[in-house]
Amino acid sequence: MVDPITVEHISVSYDGNEVVKDISFSFKASSLIGVLGPNGAGKSTLMKAMLGLIHKDCGSVKLGSKSIDEMRKQIAYVPQRSNIDWSFPIVVKDTVLLGTYPKVGLLRRPKKADKEWAMECLKQVGMEEFANRQISELSGGQQQRVFLARALAQKADYFFLDEPFVGIDVSSEEVIIDILRKLKEAGKIVFVVHHDLSKVKNYFDDLVLINKELIDAGPVNKVFQAENMTKAYNRQFMFDGLEVSM
Amino acid sequence: MEFIQDLMTYGFLQKAFITSIMVGVICGVIGSFIVLRGMALMGDAISHAILPGVAISYMLGINYFYGAVATGVLTAFGIGAISQNSRIKNDSSIGIVFSAFFALGIILITQAKSATDLTQILFGNVLSVRTSDMWLTLVIGAIVILVVILFFKELLVSSFDETMAAAYGLKTRLIHYGIMFLLTLVTVASLQTVGVILVVSLLITPASTAYLLTNRLSIMVVLASFFGAMSSIIGLYFSFLYNMPSGPVIALAATALFVVALLFSPKQGIVVSKFRSKSKRKPMVN
Repeated sequence: MVDPITVEHISVSYDGNEVVKDISFSFKASSLIGVLGPNGAGKSTLMKAMLGLIHKDCGSVKLGSKSIDEMRKQIAYVPQRSNIDWSFPIVVKDTVLLGTYPKVGLLRRPKKADKEWAMECLKQVGMEEFANRQISELSGGQQQRVFLARALAQKADYFFLDEPFVGIDVSSEEVIIDILRKLKEAGKIVFVVHHDLSKVKNYFDDLVLINKELIDAGPVNKVFQAENMTKAYNRQFMFDGLEVSM
Repeated sequence: MEFIQDLMTYGFLQKAFITSIMVGVICGVIGSFIVLRGMALMGDAISHAILPGVAISYMLGINYFYGAVATGVLTAFGIGAISQNSRIKNDSSIGIVFSAFFALGIILITQAKSATDLTQILFGNVLSVRTSDMWLTLVIGAIVILVVILFFKELLVSSFDETMAAAYGLKTRLIHYGIMFLLTLVTVASLQTVGVILVVSLLITPASTAYLLTNRLSIMVVLASFFGAMSSIIGLYFSFLYNMPSGPVIALAATALFVVALLFSPKQGIVVSKFRSKSKRKPMVN
């Protein structure tokens, strides 16, 4: 059983401006959680701060009774596509193989079994026929699927995906959401930074809604309400609502 | 060929030959990571910044290796400190630190020794390699190659996706400074062959040539080493036959290899891709 994740009082500031203010929430095993909010709400920043990838002013993250640093090998992170150097000399199957590195450990090489497992993960996202392609020779959706395969290869308990649905095709989107659901059913905890409001109810069971500070966190039906959304999106959301009458 | 006969005959030429090859190889190895991590300017900076260390070593009468490594490491930390603790951007802090070190180095060297030594340090003189220099280069080379082989996995993942690497617990900052340290060692080893000013060409150009030719990091590293070694052998050859400074010849040889790859590489080549787009168009006309 995957231990629950508890986030307490996380604050982050850049150059003296607080971009994430005192955010706390907690989720149990078997959760697929959307991290939602308008542009500049601090969604990616919150995720990076949770993982200890950037400096936080204060706050802590616990996985069960352990700190993040004690549980690093159980964490799979998928960065935004724009943060990757796609011209890097690496082919698809070797990209997925990177996912086995944490458990292979220092001074060891991935073995045959690791390579077979990486191919298995590549099959799960339907990309095995592209195994020998350089990663820039793929569409956006295919690239995202390869990175999801890498995360699967980590055999982690906690998954963190930063905007995986941006700029990808419909079939890739279906493959990805299908796999995220399966991870949830297998008892994992999956966080997804997301900003498109249209499919929130179809995708996620739980939400963390933020706009610098926490607006609400919990089941979608409780959080995804007009009052909360207005609070989070201010005028941006009102504009969406007014679109019909205009 | 006459050169090969001379190579058999003269001990100094053999030393120069072995040193050149090793320098070319390790510059290619470390250069591959420098290129992929977008640290080309950092390579230039470290190589210039070891100059005061060399000068101080001369004055103290110790091996230039110690002084050079000390100032190289100091530079890497100095640059890191400025860009992390102020609003100065990384490339600017590199520029500030290395030009200051380089200027200081030139003043110290002109004070300490004659101007001919300065030219040798700046532009390289591979024919003056002593036995002790050769051994220093071979030891540094062995260390660099061993470290890269042992930690290849970590170097690969942290160069490609540093955030993911940090998320699963790799000490990415340690890796960064580790690479800086190896870079300093490589620069010191290259001092006599290419000289301070042109080390960057042997770091960046062969690795960039290799980058155009392959989709795998391991092959890139091997190719870069090969091109690096080729360039330095060509440098040695001209330096010996025509009495030219070896650094500039090496730099131009590396550039020539790069231009050939840029034009004719099967995947990225400018000429090849023009040709390919033409032949693709044909069937559509028919």
